[in-house]
Amino acid sequence: MKRSLLVPALMVLFGCGGDGGGGTADEAPQAAVAPLGTATVSGVVSFEGTPPANPAIDMAEEPSCTMAHDNAPTDPQVVVTGGKLGNVFIRVMSGLPAGPYPAPAGPAVIDQQGCLYTPRVLGVVVNQQLEIRNSDSLLHNIKAVPTENRGFNISQPTAGMQTRRQFATPEIMVPIECNVHGWMKAYVGVVSHPYFATSGMDGAFRIGGLPAGTYTLEAWHEVFGRRTAEVTVGDGETASVAFTFTAG
Amino acid sequence: MDWTLPPGVSTFAADIDRMYYLILWITGAAFVIVEATLVWFLIRYRSRPGRKARYYHGNLRAEVIWTAVPAVVVVMIGIMSGGVWNEIRGRDSIPPNAVPIEVRAKQFEWNATYPGPDGAFGTTDDFTARNRLTVPVDTPVVVRLTSEDVIHSLFIPAFRVKQDAVPGMTVNVWFQVTETGEYALACAELCGNGHTTMGGTVEVVAQDAYARWLEVESSRRAASR
Amino acid sequence: MTSVAAPIEHGGHADAHAQSFVRRYIFSTDHKIIGIQFLLLSLVGLLVGGSLAMLIRWQLGFPTQAMPGGGILPETMAPGGVLLPEFYNALVTMHGTFMVFFAIMPLLVGVFGNFLIPLKIGAADMAFPRLNMASFWIAVPAFALMVVGFFVEGGHAGAGWTSYAPLSANPEWSGVSLGQQIWCVSLVVLGLSSILGATNYITTIINMRAPGMFWFRLPLSIWSLFITAVLTLLAIPILSGAAIMLLFDQTIGTTFFLPPDGGQPLLWQHIFWFFGHPEVYILILPAMGVVSDIIANGSRKPIFGYHSMVYAIIAIGFLGWIVWGHHMFQSGMNPTLGMSFMISTLLIAVPSAIKTFNWLGTMWEGSIRLHVPMLHACAFVSMFVIGGLSGVFMASTTVDIYIHDTYFIVAHIHYVLFGGSLFAIFGAVTFWYPKMFGRMMSRFWGYVHFGLTFLFYNLTFFPMHQLGLGGHMRRIYDPTEYEFLQPLQGTNEFITISAFLLFAVQLIFALNFIVSWFTGEKAPENPWQDTGLEWTTPSPPPHGNWPETPTVHHPPYEFSSPLVEEDYLMQDRAAGKETP
Repeated sequence: MKRSLLVPALMVLFGCGGDGGGGTADEAPQAAVAPLGTATVSGVVSFEGTPPANPAIDMAEEPSCTMAHDNAPTDPQVVVTGGKLGNVFIRVMSGLPAGPYPAPAGPAVIDQQGCLYTPRVLGVVVNQQLEIRNSDSLLHNIKAVPTENRGFNISQPTAGMQTRRQFATPEIMVPIECNVHGWMKAYVGVVSHPYFATSGMDGAFRIGGLPAGTYTLEAWHEVFGRRTAEVTVGDGETASVAFTFTAG
Repeated sequence: MDWTLPPGVSTFAADIDRMYYLILWITGAAFVIVEATLVWFLIRYRSRPGRKARYYHGNLRAEVIWTAVPAVVVVMIGIMSGGVWNEIRGRDSIPPNAVPIEVRAKQFEWNATYPGPDGAFGTTDDFTARNRLTVPVDTPVVVRLTSEDVIHSLFIPAFRVKQDAVPGMTVNVWFQVTETGEYALACAELCGNGHTTMGGTVEVVAQDAYARWLEVESSRRAASR
Repeated sequence: MTSVAAPIEHGGHADAHAQSFVRRYIFSTDHKIIGIQFLLLSLVGLLVGGSLAMLIRWQLGFPTQAMPGGGILPETMAPGGVLLPEFYNALVTMHGTFMVFFAIMPLLVGVFGNFLIPLKIGAADMAFPRLNMASFWIAVPAFALMVVGFFVEGGHAGAGWTSYAPLSANPEWSGVSLGQQIWCVSLVVLGLSSILGATNYITTIINMRAPGMFWFRLPLSIWSLFITAVLTLLAIPILSGAAIMLLFDQTIGTTFFLPPDGGQPLLWQHIFWFFGHPEVYILILPAMGVVSDIIANGSRKPIFGYHSMVYAIIAIGFLGWIVWGHHMFQSGMNPTLGMSFMISTLLIAVPSAIKTFNWLGTMWEGSIRLHVPMLHACAFVSMFVIGGLSGVFMASTTVDIYIHDTYFIVAHIHYVLFGGSLFAIFGAVTFWYPKMFGRMMSRFWGYVHFGLTFLFYNLTFFPMHQLGLGGHMRRIYDPTEYEFLQPLQGTNEFITISAFLLFAVQLIFALNFIVSWFTGEKAPENPWQDTGLEWTTPSPPPHGNWPETPTVHHPPYEFSSPLVEEDYLMQDRAAGKETP
């Protein structure tokens, strides 16, 4: 509850009102919250080999959702575009000064659209609000099944509903699922600091606002598991990191 | 007020409905007799000046009659119901040639697994469909029903089928449908936030169409694997 | 005859100044005050349960539409006035819980058990007045705790008032943890209250009957409260045990009801209904008892077949223990058991029929006074008949396959518990109000309340049979999700509007109750010209009830006796020769 006092203070200090949870590389929004430095780490996640086909989703029972998709919908477990892998969650695993890092004032947003979660993979800082929105005119059930945190199991029966929840302990990753539409899955990385990003459809990611130093980065993908990489970066510099996942 | 049941399309639906209408007639008669007597007494024996109630403590013969008659009637209802119950749920009621389907309920969906063209579970031609049950007409079907999480209840109103799906238990529930078509399937046991959405469809197809459907679905799903 | 009348400490008039306000009205050991305390508490419970029902009806009549005024509810219940499914489940659960445990049960057992037993058997007070006080003051925190549950994280328990495991046992599947634990703890605490009360009633009835109050001179209200107390004493510990097991499953990692680790979900159902079915009779037997008293009074005739009425009460009390499996015909329980549970269940129709016919027999050749309590008693009989007969459908295992867990069951239970128990309660409150408060309730408003309640009650609950026959499942959040239920949505809207009106006209009762307390016509000693001992002492009776223990000379319902001029012969009246 003391967080409620902190939130307006942080907003003034850092001029932050941004939606924190964006999953694309070019936003790098988390870094803007508490910039300890001016170093940036960016890179691309590549994929080698033939990506497995995503399973088809039979949305026949929800015509309004089927209509939201141009093509026959598939479960976007593996998103590979031109050899680049999207929906990879990359975070600084070690090398940062000891925290604590305050949670950003704004919430990270996850939306339910056309019976899919958007974004599918996102990160929040510990105790940052996660705002769950429903853009579908039907009932979604949102169930988080964390191992380290307190889970929740709530529902949103109508379009336009918003619910906020938060996680108190770092956890990679908290699975979110809709039990009404069993195919709906999302993953939330709960991190103790704001230095994380999700690779975009082009595989690119960017983590800014870091202090100079040497860091171990970890990349997580729901199908292909984890990779780590080391990187050293100085003030004002941008260091490049590459992750590569392979089929099978 | 409509007291009729919606049309039933399984072999035992008519038996269940007959029991229902029998009980409806018996209880309806009892209802009319009791309520009419009550109203009549209230009017006939209303308090009027100069009338005194009869000082009367009861009558053993009346007691015996209205003990014995309901007892006989309800035991008769019980025996008749028992016969139909045995036909549907008795130990040997499931026809040996029934087509098996595995239904696993979970929050909030029905996952029906078919043995594929080879008729055996656990082989590579098995496949699973969500919220949709496809069964052949005029053929006994046995659903091996279980649940992965909480208690659900498989309710197919038109078949007069209702059976709880209990985690940790597999219950065999059978039916034989008499008409092709699409019928509603629902969950009848409160199972959580999405209980209300836990519906589905049962598609009843001709026997040869069912065999074809098994092959097509099995190979289609094998291809997408 | 072993009646032991407790020594009366004061002469009735001298004690008024001897006790402080707190001792007299708050922490009172006087059974009459405790009865009134239970009355006020459980009327609040009735209001809570009824309000929850209104929210349920809104959602069913107008699914996922913003409820007018619903915006005042917190975001976790109804954001923008739209009831959330998890809140809806909590509503369904708590409507049942409040009505069963905090309204009907205390209204019948807590109120009339306490108020009537000593007054009707000629005792100065209960056998254990302090236990009696404790039983009320234990019920209060249980009630408060159950209310608090709405406002905890995760919301209130949402697995139905029957709390079927594993939904109730594992928070992962319901999203509710604290709320369900509160449900368990509250019921265990309330159970302690019921057990203390039941012990007290049994002891009092066995030991403290006035001289001449033989067992077969007890009014049927007392007989039914006695059997109810026995059922309570045996059944409630079972519920407490079940609730504690459920609580352990949720908190300390036991797996009584969780199958992955060897638990058995059906175990919960067996234990719960082994309690739950006797509980049903706890909720109806006292109603039958007070209705018998009122019908004899209204008909100005002795009860027809008094002895068979007593045996019927005992038979119902006994059969209540061997029918629990009829709640589980479709549960996956061995179907062979279905046969025996079906027969035992159907047999309950026999004592129920005996009672109904004896009530009719009592009215036959009577001189019926249709006072407000008598109207409610007649409503009880006619509505209980509907609830009883609709029970035959479910008792038949075969028909139950189709109607189990549909609105047919909802109609049935409301015909028994509202049409039955609650009409009896309205009648009994009106009947004994003068004895409780020393004033009469308004007759005019009593008639108005009865007429409108009877009308809207039937408009609300009778169409539910039709919903059930159409296959409308219980406890669903949004019936419009199903195509086959679309044609029934008009009925759902109709029911909702009727239910709102039914709720609204209860305001008449509430106002009549409150206003009459202060401005009602002063009640004489025996306003209904009844025969019971409670009418031989002033209204309200002083502490200790009588200056000296009355002596009983007659059976309970000597109306129109040839021994006396007037048409009622008080039980303690020495005039004439002793009636056997």
